[in-house]
Amino acid sequence: MTHRRELSVAIAIAVLGIVLVVAAPGYFSGENLNDLFLANMPVLLVALGATLVVLAGEIDISVGSQFAVCSVAAGVLANAGWPMPLVAIGTCLIGAMFGAVNGALVAYVRIPSIVVTLAAMVALRDGLRWITQGAWVQGLPDSFQWFGLSQAAYPLVAVAVVAVLFVSISWGLRHLSAGRAIYATGSNPDAARLAGLDVAAVKALVFAAGGALTALAALLNSVRFNQIPSNAGIGLEMKVIAAVVVGGTAIRGGRGYVAGTLLGVILLGAIGPALTYLGVSAYWERAIHGAIILTAVAFDATRAEPLGRVGRVAAARA
Amino acid sequence: MTAPLLNAVSISKSFAGVRALKQVSFDLRAGEVHALVGENGAGKSTLIKIMTGAETADAGTIAVGGQPVRQLDPHVSRALGIAAIYQQPALFPDLTVAENIALTLESGHAWRRVDWPARREKAAALIGRVGTAIDPDRPAESLTMPEQQVVEIAKALGADARILIMDEPTASLSEREVQGLFDVIAALRRQGAGIIYISHRLEEVMAIADRVTVLRDGETVGTWPAREVNRTELIRLMVGRELSAVYPKRQVARGEVALELRGVSQRETGVYDVSLSLARGEILGLAGLVGSGRTQLAEILFGLTPADAGTITVAGVPRRLTSPAAAIAAGIAYLPEDRRRHGVVLEMSVAANTSLANLAAVSSAGLIRGASERQQAQQYVERFRIKTPSVETDVYALSGGNQQKVALARWLSTKPTVLILDEPTQGVDVGSKAEIHALMQDLAEQGIAILMISSELPEILGMSDRVAVMRRGTIAGILSRDEATSDKILALALEDPRPPTQAALRT
Repeated sequence: MTHRRELSVAIAIAVLGIVLVVAAPGYFSGENLNDLFLANMPVLLVALGATLVVLAGEIDISVGSQFAVCSVAAGVLANAGWPMPLVAIGTCLIGAMFGAVNGALVAYVRIPSIVVTLAAMVALRDGLRWITQGAWVQGLPDSFQWFGLSQAAYPLVAVAVVAVLFVSISWGLRHLSAGRAIYATGSNPDAARLAGLDVAAVKALVFAAGGALTALAALLNSVRFNQIPSNAGIGLEMKVIAAVVVGGTAIRGGRGYVAGTLLGVILLGAIGPALTYLGVSAYWERAIHGAIILTAVAFDATRAEPLGRVGRVAAARA
Repeated sequence: MTAPLLNAVSISKSFAGVRALKQVSFDLRAGEVHALVGENGAGKSTLIKIMTGAETADAGTIAVGGQPVRQLDPHVSRALGIAAIYQQPALFPDLTVAENIALTLESGHAWRRVDWPARREKAAALIGRVGTAIDPDRPAESLTMPEQQVVEIAKALGADARILIMDEPTASLSEREVQGLFDVIAALRRQGAGIIYISHRLEEVMAIADRVTVLRDGETVGTWPAREVNRTELIRLMVGRELSAVYPKRQVARGEVALELRGVSQRETGVYDVSLSLARGEILGLAGLVGSGRTQLAEILFGLTPADAGTITVAGVPRRLTSPAAAIAAGIAYLPEDRRRHGVVLEMSVAANTSLANLAAVSSAGLIRGASERQQAQQYVERFRIKTPSVETDVYALSGGNQQKVALARWLSTKPTVLILDEPTQGVDVGSKAEIHALMQDLAEQGIAILMISSELPEILGMSDRVAVMRRGTIAGILSRDEATSDKILALALEDPRPPTQAALRT
């Protein structure tokens, strides 16, 4: 019963797959699948971080802007002559720092996360525009593109990185005390605090982890091109939150799995190109995304609400 | 004799094939308080839902004022003068007291002009009839539980309800507020209203009811005039078996000092100069009015609002308790008052709830060992007789008493020196209550020092070795088991002739 959502999304993906096998077998060409993977891999990485944040009962809508800043930062570091491993570490640290700042404001200053990250979204995006004056990062060293690997080898490395992170996060959520603390914090922060968990630290850390994953996504995405735009990641936060919600993670926290997020990313990512293959206007893509999200949310809303009458004033004790 | 206010005959109701009520009959006369008692799950809530129109009966008839009612829905029910006051008040947190009251009373089109002064006056007057004072401009979310309850009663009074259903209305009221409520009930009764009174506190039932109906397993056991049955008989009728001892208190040899407070104060929450000591094996009852600082004292001891003066010594070691984690490390466990909000994590399994405060015990190197986690939970399920399909079941599926036992299991798994229980049996049915009391006794015998906060005087008197009474943020007096009586405790709790200020009423 706990994995019903994952199952429904998997079925939706299977149905889409069957339709495509029959109507547009070209969809499953190696080239197209490779493109699909490369296009959606950053979404998945960012969505893994977003799943942690949402599970802890918060939300981060600044990931698109963080993604842009980290992309540019990666290019700047590479152009400054840093070796690639250091570029990778540096970029992730920058992302973790942005996340940590957001997290600290949420956890310790107690500003609602939607407000903090809305401010961060605007500030990072416009700050970046002001600093770069809209210029792209160019003249990247050869070692930057494809990490200095061949274009064929790179996707394998990327798959390996994403797979390792996915499995570790999935496993950690289930088997580590830290994972348990995230669920408890999202489900009932008061009870979690009374059980001796450091709820503020949990919240700050999930934001930091989300930032680091966003930075990694930005780096893995940037190395595919020979110049880095300063307006990357626009609308990424919406894609990511949509995937998390469609994947069955409760938007108010405490319930969900990264497996659902993976399926959400696959379903939402596979539809756009599928429309092209099926000869449907690509303008339908966002409308269909909207319908899927609405279906998922409606499904959540009709589910029996375990908290029932509790929650509100019932227990208000400031 | 005139027709009863309300007459329900042979009501049956099933949920998904499970019989919740089986040919239950119940009648309410004008000017009487008719108590409805039974263990949790006996069918009281279902019967009430049918009377308020929230659920429809499968079979049976209901007549109000002699007129049969065909289709009872919440609107019809309200129009017939039926109002229910629940254990958990349902107010709008962001609206003021006056607005909350007005919402149910005022009618008219959406664009009418609101007469604010009249609204406030009406609210203040209704609250005055309940016998207390709350500023009508306060937002509902700033109210304490008893204050919220008062607003709910005021709402029903304002609606001129003739049939008032009160579901555990005193669960979170102090003795003084209970007296206030009883005065209101007496007034309503004089005005010819009928009151259906549901409570697990049988002393209250005996004190206020004219008749008592006992439900067990969805069936009516019978209806008696309240003066013809006593407490022990009622319990036997409710449970269907003899509960050997109502309070299983045994003397325990007192061990070394487990907890010592000297001059503990917390300016912000209004706790002043509290000194007391608690020995291993001892149960110290902490009595006092709601707002006298009992919960605030517990929150100091658990590191939620660290003390700003005084010393706290746990098992001989002076401790600075600045966070729950520090308190847990010092050997203090705290079972909070509102278990659904603060006690258990409803969406987590019994096993995960049990291990939450002490994950280290079932982990190695931060890695949770699922098997030992389940095994630990299984031990507590057996020891506390927690009714759950399995330790993997999410806690929200459990009854209140069983949730409370899960919360208790969590704290015992931390191997505490001192266990603080805040209203441990509030809203828990008679059977579970006796089990929780028996558990407390066992724990004391194992050498745990227990600090028990309770608003229920019989519980305080029945379970405590000593009773500390708080008043206005400090200890008004400490009574030994032999000295302690209801009168003495109340005298200490109330001694000050000045009425408590608004601030003192806020918990």
